[in-house]
Amino acid sequence: MKPRHLHRQHLVLVGLGAVLVAFLALPFAALLLGTSVADMRVGLAHPLVWPAMRLSLLTTSLSLALVLCFGTPLAFVLARSQGRIARAIETALQLPIVVPPAVAGLALLLAFGRRSFFGEWLFPDGWSVAFTTAAVVMAEVFVSAPFYIQAALSSFRGIDPQLVVVARTFGAGPFRVFFKVALPIAAPGIAAGAAMSWARALGEFGATLMFAGNLQGTTQTLPLAIYSALESDVRAAQALAVVLVCVAFMVLIAVRFGFRNTKARTEVRS
Amino acid sequence: MSLVAQVGVSVGRLELDVAIETGPGTLVVAGPNGAGKSSFLAALLGVHPLKRGRIVVGTSVLADTDAGIHAPVELRRLGYVPQNYALFPHLNVRANIAFAVDCANAAGNVAPTGTVDFYLEALGLQTLADRYPRHLSGGEKQRVALARALSVKPLALLLDEPLAALDVSARQEVREFLSGYLRKLGLPTVVVTHDATDARVFGDRIAVLESGRITQTGSWSELVAHPASAFVAAFVGKNA
Repeated sequence: MKPRHLHRQHLVLVGLGAVLVAFLALPFAALLLGTSVADMRVGLAHPLVWPAMRLSLLTTSLSLALVLCFGTPLAFVLARSQGRIARAIETALQLPIVVPPAVAGLALLLAFGRRSFFGEWLFPDGWSVAFTTAAVVMAEVFVSAPFYIQAALSSFRGIDPQLVVVARTFGAGPFRVFFKVALPIAAPGIAAGAAMSWARALGEFGATLMFAGNLQGTTQTLPLAIYSALESDVRAAQALAVVLVCVAFMVLIAVRFGFRNTKARTEVRS
Repeated sequence: MSLVAQVGVSVGRLELDVAIETGPGTLVVAGPNGAGKSSFLAALLGVHPLKRGRIVVGTSVLADTDAGIHAPVELRRLGYVPQNYALFPHLNVRANIAFAVDCANAAGNVAPTGTVDFYLEALGLQTLADRYPRHLSGGEKQRVALARALSVKPLALLLDEPLAALDVSARQEVREFLSGYLRKLGLPTVVVTHDATDARVFGDRIAVLESGRITQTGSWSELVAHPASAFVAAFVGKNA
């Protein structure tokens, strides 16, 4: 049995941790316990809800496809590069995680808005991508890609470099190494990163509001709909929030499962 | 056929300056940890480009800094078995070998290789064809790695510490199998090892590598009779 003073010290540490756990859990508990089935039914029937759900599903699917398509090769190349430029790019890619979403939105507006340099160059006839559904996708890609790239990078880094060298000695070119060796081995970690990235895109608020606005059916995604619903019917906001929490929880489970599998698969026991 | 290499290469802080000639049999490159053995193999494979030197197998020039030749890893046709065997963990034995066979056939730098079944049979792996690497013993993994390496119809074989990953109990049996098999193949072969018993059993000739330089080359008995350095004396004396 532990001496009493050691036991007390242990209890102090547990107590301090418990305070934070309670603080983090309470809002979720309030949300879930404060939303009855009847509230959910009425809330989900609100006219803001389904257009926002449809739009969120569409834009997050598109943004995820873009992130996977461009982010996976990028992560693979960065994972295999050792130069300073590669490290600098890797660090810069984390920037959207740490800048406030409003800053991201403003930056997107300045880069691709109506009077921006790229905007005028891309669309000389005066059309602007800002405040369109495409702008929602762009904002989501901007804020969610770093999460995916970070996860994919660590998955690719976990692959034994000898596997790549050996594949190359057989005559395998970069495409074959990428698709047949690296990608299947890193797949669980990549899937987990994709889930994280998708969840971040689904929850994106600030950058979307700045760059795409809050137009129902065009740019009003779920988080923006929650914000708008608060002014008219709090039950709709609650119902949407419950949906988002449930989705986020499922994503977290998928992420944990994915990372565990990657660890098991990349282990090359000799 | 012989593998002849003069390799001058920098890997991190290590400056390698190594000249070897395998002859038609097996040359063991022996040395302590950190001597540059694995870096030397990486230079032969083309992973580290040469600063100066030349690598020739038979009539094929794989690298020649004077002539500006640097064949990429993919086109060198060197069979490579790394220390941990590097079997693809997501593929079973058959698919591991099939990957190599497909790559070699697709690369087009080699006449069509044998079928997967041919290599499974050649290395006695038929009963293990559906197993995944995590369910293989060290010796079985080595045979799969060897089968894959041979499927590119290699000009030469490079083996990095072939027994280091094995349990002590398995080493004797695998050592006997491997030395017999390498003799049967008759390919120019470089075996890198820090183990004196491996050097004695595998090596028709032994080149001792210390701090990036070959300090002595000869047969085991020549090394025993006239060790050129304190390391060579300790290396052959302790295990002779």
